[in-house]
Amino acid sequence: MNELFGWRVPVDEWATNIFNWLDRNLAPLWDFIREVLGGAYEGLGNLLNTLPPIAVILVLGVLGLLVRGWLFGLGATAGLLLIDLMEQWENTMLTLSMVLVACAVAALFAVPIGIAAARSQTVSSVVRPVLDFMQTMPALLYVLLAVLIFSVGVVPGIVATIIFAMPPGIRLTELGIRQVDPEVVEAGHAFGSSPAKILRQVQLPLALPTIMAGINQIIMLALAMVVLAGMVGGPGLGQVVLAALNRLNIGLGIEAGLSVVILAIYLDRFTGALGSRSRVARLEKAA
Amino acid sequence: MSALSAEGLYKVFGRRSKEVVRRLQSGATLDEVKPLGATVAVADATFDVEPGEIFVVMGLSGSGKSTLIRMLNGLWEPSAGHVYVDGKDVAKLDPRGLRQLRRETMSMVFQHFALLPHRTVLENAAYALRVRDVDRATRVEKARVALSMVGLEGWENRLPQQLSGGMKQRVGLARALASETPIMLMDEAFSALDPLIRREMQDQLLELQSRLEKTIIFITHDLNEAMRLGDRIAVMRAGQIVQIGTGEEILQDPANDYVAQFVQDVDRTRVLTASSVMEPARTVVIDTEGPRAVLRQMREEQAHAAFVVSRDRILRGTIRDEAAQAAVSRGREGMREVLNTTPATVTADALLADVFAPSAESSLPVAVVDEDNRLLGVIPRATLLGAMASLTATETSGSGGSTAEAYPGSPPDGEADRARADAMFELQRGSASGAPAAGGGV
Ligand SMILES: Nc1ncnc2c1ncn2[C@@H]1O[C@H](COP(=O)(O)OP(=O)(O)OP(=O)(O)O)[C@@H](O)[C@H]1O
Ligand SMILES: [Mg+2]
Repeated sequence: MNELFGWRVPVDEWATNIFNWLDRNLAPLWDFIREVLGGAYEGLGNLLNTLPPIAVILVLGVLGLLVRGWLFGLGATAGLLLIDLMEQWENTMLTLSMVLVACAVAALFAVPIGIAAARSQTVSSVVRPVLDFMQTMPALLYVLLAVLIFSVGVVPGIVATIIFAMPPGIRLTELGIRQVDPEVVEAGHAFGSSPAKILRQVQLPLALPTIMAGINQIIMLALAMVVLAGMVGGPGLGQVVLAALNRLNIGLGIEAGLSVVILAIYLDRFTGALGSRSRVARLEKAA
Repeated sequence: MSALSAEGLYKVFGRRSKEVVRRLQSGATLDEVKPLGATVAVADATFDVEPGEIFVVMGLSGSGKSTLIRMLNGLWEPSAGHVYVDGKDVAKLDPRGLRQLRRETMSMVFQHFALLPHRTVLENAAYALRVRDVDRATRVEKARVALSMVGLEGWENRLPQQLSGGMKQRVGLARALASETPIMLMDEAFSALDPLIRREMQDQLLELQSRLEKTIIFITHDLNEAMRLGDRIAVMRAGQIVQIGTGEEILQDPANDYVAQFVQDVDRTRVLTASSVMEPARTVVIDTEGPRAVLRQMREEQAHAAFVVSRDRILRGTIRDEAAQAAVSRGREGMREVLNTTPATVTADALLADVFAPSAESSLPVAVVDEDNRLLGVIPRATLLGAMASLTATETSGSGGSTAEAYPGSPPDGEADRARADAMFELQRGSASGAPAAGGGV
C-alpha cells in the first residue's frame, strides 16, 4: 500500500494477465518460432561438430586471412587451435551456432526496421522508445519471459539474445541511411529514380559501413548473453561457466571464458573487416 | 509555346499554410500574414521560360530560389499554383508520371554536385541513363560523349573524390547532359566553386549552350553571374519575383529600390552594351562626295574628322580634315586614297568592357555598326567616360598612374573620374596591345 494514496498500481497483475493471454492465444506462433530457431541451431551445431575441428579451424583461419591479412589469419588459427587443445571445441561450436542463429534473425529484423525508421518519421518515433525499453530492461527478464513461453532449452536463450542484441542494429541502420547526403538522394529523385531503386543503388551502399557496425554490435551483445542462455539450459560455453561457478572450479571457468573471448575477438575483427572493406568505407577512410 | 511556365506558384511551410496562401492570394502582404507563423518561401511566382533560353533566378540567401526550382520538377509540391511543362501540369502528375517527366524532360545540376561517391566518373555520368534502364553499351557511349563535352575525357575511371571541385561539377553537368533532356535546372551550380573556376564553368556553359540550345533555369545569388549567363533574369526577394527582364533592363530600369540597391555594385561594363550608350554620329558624309564638300561640312560642324558611309549607310572609313585638305590640294575629285579604311568599330551588342580597347587606340569616336557594317552610332571617348563614372571606385582602385598626356583629346568629367578612367584605359591598352581591336576593323 502506498502511504500517500493508499492504493497500489497493479502493474504486476496487468503484466501477468497480458503475458498469460499471449502465452495461451499465440501458441501456434510460439511453436513456429521454437521449430525454426531450434531447427536452425541443431542443423548448424551438428554440422560444425561433425566436421573435424582442424578443418573448421583452417577454414576460419583462411577466411580471416582473406578479409584481414595473414597476421589475423595466423592469430585466428592459433586461438582456435588453443580452444581445441583446451578440449572446449564442442562447446564452443554449440555456442557459435547459437550466436550465429540469434544474430542472423536479429539482423534480419533489424535492417528492415532500421530502413523503415529512416524513411518514415512516424515509424522512427514509434521505434525509438521501444528500443530504449529493450536496451534498458534487464536482460535476465527476457530470459525469464522466454523460459515461461518456450520452457528450458536452447530456444529461450536464442530468443532472449535476439531481443537483447537487436536494438543497436536498428539504430545504426537508421542512422546510416539518414546520414546519406540528402542532396545525393535528391539527385536520385531528380533524375527520375524510384524510391526502391534509390534505396538499393544509393542509400544502402552508402550506409553499408554503418549498417555493418550495427551487425558487429549485434554479435558482440549476443556473445555477452552466452552465460545467461546457459542458465536456462542453452548448451555450450555458458553451461561450462555455470558448472565452474557451482563447483568453484576456477581453472575450468578460465578455459570457458578464454574460449568466449577468442570467439568474440574473431567475430568482431572479422565482421569489422567486412564492413571496412566496402568501397564506401575505404573512401571515407581516405577522405 | 514556352518550354516551361509557372503560374501563381506558392510554397508556404508551416501549419497554417493553406490559410496563409488564401490570404496572400486575396491581396494580403507578407507582413500581414507574418503573425500566422508560417514561412512563406515562394509567393505568387509567375513566369514563362522560352525554349533555348537561359533563365536566371537571382536573389539573396533565403529568398526562395531553391524552393522555386524544386517545385518546377515536382520534387516539392506547390502550396498553390501550377507549373506547366509541355502543356502538362506538373502538380497533377502521379509519381510515375513525375518520374517520366524527370527522366525525359528535366534534368538537374546541384550546388554540391551530389555525385555518387562510390561510383566512377563514368558511372556517375551515366546515372540518369541507368535509371532509365538504358542498355549498358549505349549508357557508356552517351556518358563518354557527355564527359568529352565538358572536357573530362581520360578521367572516366576516377572516383569523384579524386577530382577538384570544378571537375566534380563538370561531372554533374555531364550527368545532366547525358540524360539529353531539353530542360536543365541548375541550383547554384557554380556557387561552391572558387571565382576563377567559376568563370571557366560559366564560359563552358555558354559555349555548350550555343551548340545544344537547352532551356536552362539557372539559380544564383551572384548578380554578375546572373548578368553573364542570363538571357533574362528574375530577381527574387522574400519569395516574390520583383522584376523579370534582361540584364540591361534590370540595370537601366530597376523596378524598385531593392533591385536598384542590389544592382548598384555590378560591373556595368560587363553588362551594358555599346548600343546602350552610343550617340548618333554627327559628321557623316557619303563616299561619293568630293573632298571639298567634305571639308565644308567639317567646317560648318566644327569637326576635324568625318565618318564616311555608302548610300545605304555601310561604313567605308573615316577621314581627317588634313587628309581632306591634302586631297583638295592635289586636285583629287574622290576621297578614296586619303580614307582611313580601318576605323575603330564595335558591334551594337559589344559589352562596354570591350569598347575600351578600340577607344584607347583611336583618336576618333568608336563607330558602332550592325552585322552588315552599317553605321548605327558612335561612342565618343567622353561618353564612355561618362558611363564609366557610374562605376564603383573599388573596381579600378590600385591601378593608379595618370597617363593623361598620352590622350590629349580626352575631356574628363572630373578629376577623380579622369584618373580612374585613365587607369582603365591603360589597363585595356595593355591587354589589347598586339591583339586586333575588339569588334574587328573594316
Ligand atoms: N523544408 C522547409 N521547411 C521549412 N522552411 C523551409 C524549408 N525549406 C526552406 N524553408 C524556408 O524557405 C525559405 C526559402 O528557402 P530557400 O532554400 O528556397 O532559399 P534560397 O533562396 O534557395 O536560399 P539559399 O541561397 O540559402 O539556398 C527560407 O526562409 C527557408 O528557411
Ligand atoms: Mg538554395
